[in-house]
Amino acid sequence: MSDPMRIRAQAQGDKTTVRVLVSHEMESGQRKDAAGKTVPAWFIQTINATWNGKTVMSAQWGTAVSKNPFVQFSFKGGKAGDKIVVNWVDNHGDKRSDEALVA
Amino acid sequence: MKSSLYGPAALAALTALALFPLSAAAQKSTAEGIAEYRAMLADGNPAELYEAKGELIWKQARGPKNASLEKCDLGKGPGVVKGTFVELPRFFADTRRVQDLESRLLTCMEQLQGFNAADIAKTSFGTGEQKTIESLVAYISGESRGMSFNLPQAHAQEKLMYEVGKKVFYLRGGPYDFSCASCHGEDNKRVRLQDLPNLTKEPGASTGFGAWPAYRVSSGDLWSMQRRLNDCYRQQRFPFPGYASDATIALGVYMGVNSKGGASTAPALKR
Amino acid sequence: MNKTQKKVALLAVGTALTVLLAGCAMAPTSQAVDEATAQVLKGSFREQGIARLDRLKLDASNQACSEAAGKPLDEKLAKAIEEANLKTVKFPLDGKFIGNWREGEKIAQNGRGLTWSDKPGEANGGSCYNCHQISKAELSFGSIGPSLYNYGKLRGVSDPAAAASKPIVEYTWGKLWNAKAYNACSGMPRFGHAAILGEQQIRDVMALLLDPQSPVNK
Repeated sequence: MSDPMRIRAQAQGDKTTVRVLVSHEMESGQRKDAAGKTVPAWFIQTINATWNGKTVMSAQWGTAVSKNPFVQFSFKGGKAGDKIVVNWVDNHGDKRSDEALVA
Repeated sequence: MKSSLYGPAALAALTALALFPLSAAAQKSTAEGIAEYRAMLADGNPAELYEAKGELIWKQARGPKNASLEKCDLGKGPGVVKGTFVELPRFFADTRRVQDLESRLLTCMEQLQGFNAADIAKTSFGTGEQKTIESLVAYISGESRGMSFNLPQAHAQEKLMYEVGKKVFYLRGGPYDFSCASCHGEDNKRVRLQDLPNLTKEPGASTGFGAWPAYRVSSGDLWSMQRRLNDCYRQQRFPFPGYASDATIALGVYMGVNSKGGASTAPALKR
Repeated sequence: MNKTQKKVALLAVGTALTVLLAGCAMAPTSQAVDEATAQVLKGSFREQGIARLDRLKLDASNQACSEAAGKPLDEKLAKAIEEANLKTVKFPLDGKFIGNWREGEKIAQNGRGLTWSDKPGEANGGSCYNCHQISKAELSFGSIGPSLYNYGKLRGVSDPAAAASKPIVEYTWGKLWNAKAYNACSGMPRFGHAAILGEQQIRDVMALLLDPQSPVNK
């Protein structure tokens, strides 16, 4: 059961800046636990953001991204009240989607 | 040919950096660098994730009694969260004890939800119901963000716990003869490159006490005040302070009263 | 002052007095504080790993410095504490005070040892850099204690084995063994007296501070 993302979107002039805090362990597959056993890799593979249903950001991630990632991007357009949806899928097939309105 | 991402100018700048003599100026810039790093991260402090989760947990029916914590009295009446953090620890009439946030949460979890407080107190940090408490303290402290510390000191028990806390703060023991004051009794001290707030008065007291719970980037998790104090005692080479034990609560009263007027920044961000 | 103003003033005085009285009535006596503190300590700590409860038993030095709560000690008491601690200093039996500065640097860098998460039998570090500047190369140093950069050089030690160096060499050894011998409430652990570092480790830290070849004296 994954935890919610924190999404903030702010329109300024002709562009909107989106800031997302993602809750995820992002295990690199390089760490060993107390017993010396390798902790298996567990990471977000794809992350996407849509603005009123249109994709404005999509990324493929690997094990180099650290725990609880912070993502910031901006796109042209957007106004207060528009809907931003962010979703991710990890290598366990676990999925999450959260939304926020542009301020 | 694809042009390099780093033009000649950037390369020159990098080289200059490498040749920069390490001096007292470098010392200063290390501290500045740490401050800059914190400022960059502050925009996306993962403590917020714990705050969001904590709010959900506060309102969620849980435990053997399948009840939420919404009737929990943190000192300003059942269900009131905002403003409670900057007035804890305080005396509670129902338990006849001075309690900090975490010992009070144990009381609420036991009375309202039917959890066993003693079992939670024995649970290792970062596991089981201790993980729940991480999120709860992030949420509750976040609701008082920016408010000034103003601990009540009217009750005789509150006064007594302040004085006991002061004694405990200055208590030197263990093989290193350390006390809390060894690190936090004076202004402008550092352990390695870590600035140490002076917890005996303002502004240091609220800088230190008022930052926990905090998200620790180095360990990638949220530390409650109890966990912070526990690790202080580990490094002091003391025996193990019980979770939500009176010594830790007394220290909370001492630091909290000393923070009077200072603003709470919890849940803050630490290296 | 008109009537209303007088009334308000009197009221204010009345309230202030009540607050004062309530305050006085409940300030705990020092005896009550001591008893409560003892009780709180007894009920709050438990043993964990190598950290036993006897670590909360204070010797006379720690007792006095705890009670001073950051204020200077009475001069006579300070003298007595320093004398008692000086008696504990053990000079090396073979008369060899100086070891290997390279090993000393490793000890100074190492902050491990004696916590409840440490295993018994592991060699402890000296945690020196946590509080002191020592060699120029290490930028990550604390400021709880004074800078020790150029320690030997500033004290004119060109040959630690020379007779002229003897007072400084012996004082430095004593300071590492038991810092409370020279400053009753020093914040520095008593590395020899509390068996944090062994004799050879102290020799090596001595070399780091006093050997003219050590980077500390460059």
